[in-house]
Amino acid sequence: MTLPGDWEMVVGLEVHTELKTTTKMFCGCANHFGSEPNTNVCPVCLGLPGSLPVLNERAVELAMAIGMALHCTIAPSTFHRKNYFYPDMPKDFQISQYDLPINKGGYLDLPDGSRVTIERAHLEEDTGKSTHLGGSGRIHGADRSLVDYNRSGVPLVEIVSGPDIRSASQARAYASELRGILIATGASDGRMEEGSMRIDANVSVRKSGEPFGTRCEIKNLNSLRSLVRSIEFEARRQIELIEEGGVVRQETRHWDENLGETSTMRTKEEAEDYRYFREPDLVDLAPDDAWQQRVRDQLPPMPAERRATLSSRLIASNEAQLDAVEVVIDLHLEPYVHAAIDAGVEPALALARAANELAAGIENLDRMTTNGYCSTLLMEQSGELSATQAKTVLSELLAHGGDPKEIAATLGFERLSSESLAGTVAALIEQFPDEWMRYREGDEKLAQFFIGQVMKATKGQANGKSVIEQLQARR
Amino acid sequence: MTSAAEIAANVANGNSTANDELERSLEAIRARNDELNVFLYVDEQGARRQAAAVDEKVRRGENPGVLAGVPIAIKDNLCQRGIPTTCSSKILEGWRPPYSATVIERLLAAGAVPVGKTNLDEFAMGSSTENSAFGPTKNPLDPTRVPGGSSGGSAASVASDMTSVALGSDTGGSIRQPAALCGVIGVKPTYGLVSRYGLIAFASSLDQIGPFAKNVTDAAIVLEVIAGYDEMDSTSLHEPAPSLAAHVNDGVAGKRIGLVRDLVDGADNEVVEAVERAAQVLRDAGATIVEMSIPEFRLGLSAYYILAPAEASSNLARYDGVRYGLRVDADDVTAMNEATRTAGFGDEVKRRIMLGTYALSAGYFDAYYGQALKVRTLMIDAFARAYRDVDLLLGATTPSVAFKLGSKVSDPMAMYLSDIFTIPTNLSGEAAVSVPFGTGEAGLPTAVQLLGPARSEARLFAAARVLEIAEGHS
Amino acid sequence: MSSPLRRDDVAHVAKLARLSLSSAELDMFTEQLGQVLEHANDMSSLDLDGVKPTAHPFELVNVVRKDEIRVSLDRDEVLAMAPDAQDGRFAVPRIMGEAP
Repeated sequence: MTLPGDWEMVVGLEVHTELKTTTKMFCGCANHFGSEPNTNVCPVCLGLPGSLPVLNERAVELAMAIGMALHCTIAPSTFHRKNYFYPDMPKDFQISQYDLPINKGGYLDLPDGSRVTIERAHLEEDTGKSTHLGGSGRIHGADRSLVDYNRSGVPLVEIVSGPDIRSASQARAYASELRGILIATGASDGRMEEGSMRIDANVSVRKSGEPFGTRCEIKNLNSLRSLVRSIEFEARRQIELIEEGGVVRQETRHWDENLGETSTMRTKEEAEDYRYFREPDLVDLAPDDAWQQRVRDQLPPMPAERRATLSSRLIASNEAQLDAVEVVIDLHLEPYVHAAIDAGVEPALALARAANELAAGIENLDRMTTNGYCSTLLMEQSGELSATQAKTVLSELLAHGGDPKEIAATLGFERLSSESLAGTVAALIEQFPDEWMRYREGDEKLAQFFIGQVMKATKGQANGKSVIEQLQARR
Repeated sequence: MTSAAEIAANVANGNSTANDELERSLEAIRARNDELNVFLYVDEQGARRQAAAVDEKVRRGENPGVLAGVPIAIKDNLCQRGIPTTCSSKILEGWRPPYSATVIERLLAAGAVPVGKTNLDEFAMGSSTENSAFGPTKNPLDPTRVPGGSSGGSAASVASDMTSVALGSDTGGSIRQPAALCGVIGVKPTYGLVSRYGLIAFASSLDQIGPFAKNVTDAAIVLEVIAGYDEMDSTSLHEPAPSLAAHVNDGVAGKRIGLVRDLVDGADNEVVEAVERAAQVLRDAGATIVEMSIPEFRLGLSAYYILAPAEASSNLARYDGVRYGLRVDADDVTAMNEATRTAGFGDEVKRRIMLGTYALSAGYFDAYYGQALKVRTLMIDAFARAYRDVDLLLGATTPSVAFKLGSKVSDPMAMYLSDIFTIPTNLSGEAAVSVPFGTGEAGLPTAVQLLGPARSEARLFAAARVLEIAEGHS
Repeated sequence: MSSPLRRDDVAHVAKLARLSLSSAELDMFTEQLGQVLEHANDMSSLDLDGVKPTAHPFELVNVVRKDEIRVSLDRDEVLAMAPDAQDGRFAVPRIMGEAP
């Protein structure tokens, strides 16, 4: 999408991610999505009188791991109380880091080579979850609401980017790269549909070179699709408003996925006065060098590094291959790709079969050995198996495991003898004389027609390359 | 009245039983509770169960604990599983916590028998126990007067021999001031020495649980039981409970004690005389008394009445009618919150919530809350300077003897001034003890306050013991 | 440092704190809170630039617990506390706006 005239959007993202700890941030209740309502609750996360928070060590370590992966400085930090009334918040204040966050000043490099600065990545607690009854099930028009505190006190890290993003696709790339990092660090499962990663987008527009405009914050975007659509909508809305002589008001806006538009939630004048102050029930956090090193030592390679390693082994990189690389990185499939290339499989084939066939059977990946993957692809490459047959063997391996050669034999995937292929080709030439004539006169497109017919006749057992050889021999 | 130490010894060696001791306590409560309004709830059933368990241990020859069979009164801002816990507020009326405070667990493990929950100023905000939604407690020594507050019920329980010991909480003097007005010992321990888990928060950075007792040894024994690191409280000191009772007779010989003018000036004459006489007693026991002034103490009241309400405004936000306690119905949740809080909180609590909200709000934060945090630093530094020169400080606990019921209720500022000598220690987080010493107007007790640095409880008890012996205790 | 507390200030603060006050209460609280703030003004004359604020009496750091499960409360006991409950959840009247 391009914006009209010389308008440009300026976007900063606040990404909230739930941390994949065993227990909640300040108590020993299970941090578990999908339990029966109000079963993972205790005096602390229900905010009962007299209860006190005690910080989860693992939450701190995951926050540090995120900071390290984003090249942040791990700083001495404190916790504050953000005071406001809301029924899903049992203490009627949220414990959050404020002016002294655990992670400060980092950056994230995107696959396209651009860099987005990270202002901070801080720890805070999640709220409970409300269900609205009556009306349309949404908050507006509901008669009453029901609250489940299982999510109350689940640890969150909020990652705040600088206002460095200039397009919806860059925002998408940032969110997707960040998601990969969160998954890699073990901090999050990255499941946006379960709300374990939620995004707020600060959007403003300006003419190139001019100072930043007034921004609006779009709250609670829970898919990459919503992120892209809402930013595009909001930027266009602001441009139209300004071009019609209006003024953008600083406000919080709600994205309606069905209507495909944003609407005012709250203006700045109605903004809450949160009365932040130091949380007196918690002490300062100042991870020493030894603690930081322990966390750093356990950090696995980040997606960018893995992507670079993988890309360096691919000869040509077209758009489809770049997409395939993302799938492979995202699903951690590169051991298969590397093993296949090492075994002599062409890189493009090693990548394509991983990004498609292995990705499709990801839940059964434990049945697929790298050996099985390599042998299947080598059989395909040598013409022993057709592409269709190779794919069938791979899906069979994923479904039941086993030896590729035995599977091929059991399925009757014998290599078509060259005599029998020659016979089939000869028969088809007789059957389609006009097409044959045009092919002989140089219409190369007809090669595909004949390959198709051969595949049909042999039920996919023929190898495309061999068919072309036969055709050319008879031209 | 038998001391807690004697009760425990008698129960352990079979000269008495926990059950008999409990019945004696219940009898004393029945005799005067209607008149004095000390207990909001008496847990006869639970107490009998605990007493029976202690007696069973004795029968089996097991160690029944250092507080075996000792009936103890619990301020009603401490959570006890299944027992109504109100903070003397309508907003919590009927609430039964599903868990117990760490101090309750420790008392039970030591064989103590919690008999019930005592009256307090609503959410511990007050100095007379008149701000209770369930009526004021009266001073057992003169029922026309207040017992002090906010732990007035616990002080009165010990003063009226309903129990030999009690627990209270001290945020700005709420143990020491009622102890002084009721003529009993009251201890505000070092911040972090006693776990706050299960203490319903007033001002988290100032609150501390401590004992009331008739004598120093009993106070030391109870404090030993409830003190020590607790993983449920992040601000709990990472140390085991100190040895206290073994040191009460260590005396003060060779100690330097600062007599602080700023903790005496402005007090009634009889209180000033008590402090000066206490100084003489300590001098006679071998201490050196050093007259000193710590002018920063005069800023304590101002800082306290910003910091404590600020924290309280946030701590008391949770009483919103959603999860427990009172709900006053309304059409939407905001109106319900407002109706509930308006009906559930008394005036003093509303005053402090609003004061604290104001002090934290945009535009006023730096001038009030920010400035008060810095004054707190001045206070801590001033104490530290004093303790480089002396081991302990001496002053008054409160400016006067127990005042008449109703005499200050309509003038909050006058009421706040009752805390002027106790507040500095809460701001510094250090330890202090109020010791009954002498009598004043109408034969009512006067008291002195001993203050010490962090973890100086043993030293404080030794000095308090010197004063108590001079007052005729054995 | 501060102008005397105004009636509007008290009304605003009461709203923030979810308390409703009658007109007479507004007058009373304005006067009483004003007195306390006036007393607090003895701090305002102090030059405290460069003085570190103290939020905690003692400087403890890095107090953490292991990421280990502790037993949660029984749901029946939890919901028995609730003024209103339905379908295993706490019930409240309608919520007028989204969370900030």
